[in-house]
Amino acid sequence: MTASNPEFDTDCIRRILAGEKQLFHELIRPCERSIYFLLYSLLRNEAEAEDAAQETAIKVFRNLHMFRGDSQFRTWVLSIARNEGLGRLRKAESRREESLDAITDDQGGDYTPAFLTSWREVPAAALERKELGAILRKAIEALPEIYRNVVLLRDIEEMDVRETAVALGVSEGAVKVRLHRARALLQRDLAPKLKGFAPKRARLFGWGA
Amino acid sequence: MRIDCKHVWEHISAYIDGEVDAGLRAQIDRHLETCEICSAILDSTRNVVVLVADGRVFELPAGFSERLHTRLDKELERAGP
Repeated sequence: MTASNPEFDTDCIRRILAGEKQLFHELIRPCERSIYFLLYSLLRNEAEAEDAAQETAIKVFRNLHMFRGDSQFRTWVLSIARNEGLGRLRKAESRREESLDAITDDQGGDYTPAFLTSWREVPAAALERKELGAILRKAIEALPEIYRNVVLLRDIEEMDVRETAVALGVSEGAVKVRLHRARALLQRDLAPKLKGFAPKRARLFGWGA
Repeated sequence: MRIDCKHVWEHISAYIDGEVDAGLRAQIDRHLETCEICSAILDSTRNVVVLVADGRVFELPAGFSERLHTRLDKELERAGP
């Protein structure tokens, strides 16, 4: 994903506020993906995430004069998206099994990795097979929410630790811990499933499962 | 100092992101040279990170951008000149 360009953003915002409203399309375009996937990670429903993404973009436009430039534009946009998503979750919370704060950072949990030595690497070319993408999406969707958000922003949208922390309203330390746990959970969940996609290799020491 | 497997797992994510200091990195590297299990865990975790980052795994729904900008056009129009 392309990082936003602060100079372009600042200039664009100034011109939009001065009346060149159509420029808003160009301002928001580089943030679209991140807005959608952050909301998707919160809401886990494509239609709902899309509607929330549209609402977010409209709120960004209406509140553009409030942007102070003390964070990156995209970071500011993502905190608006997050509030939009959390607002919707709160409304729906009674219908949800997973409470918003079901898992906290200090919760221990078992993050022991899977010891499969027979799977080390599945080539990205294997993503041509639709089922591999589906397996990966399912594994991420199954993560507890606080880990899912961080994976979506750090590993999928490739935002840095600081930007992720600001967008999610948590400390940088929490982002690192959550990312570590998320990756460990993914490795453990995916190891047995991805084994079948790995190219056949010579068994080392003869103990590969 | 020799570090154990559990210690290596604790730092795998930071190791992948290049966020461990030189001393710890050297210790982990030494451990990986002789520990087949940790080295497989590192490779597979790194592989998961690479695979999920692939644009083909998470794609925007078809027509997402068009619908968003159509809705924005209505809003921009409403906001007046």
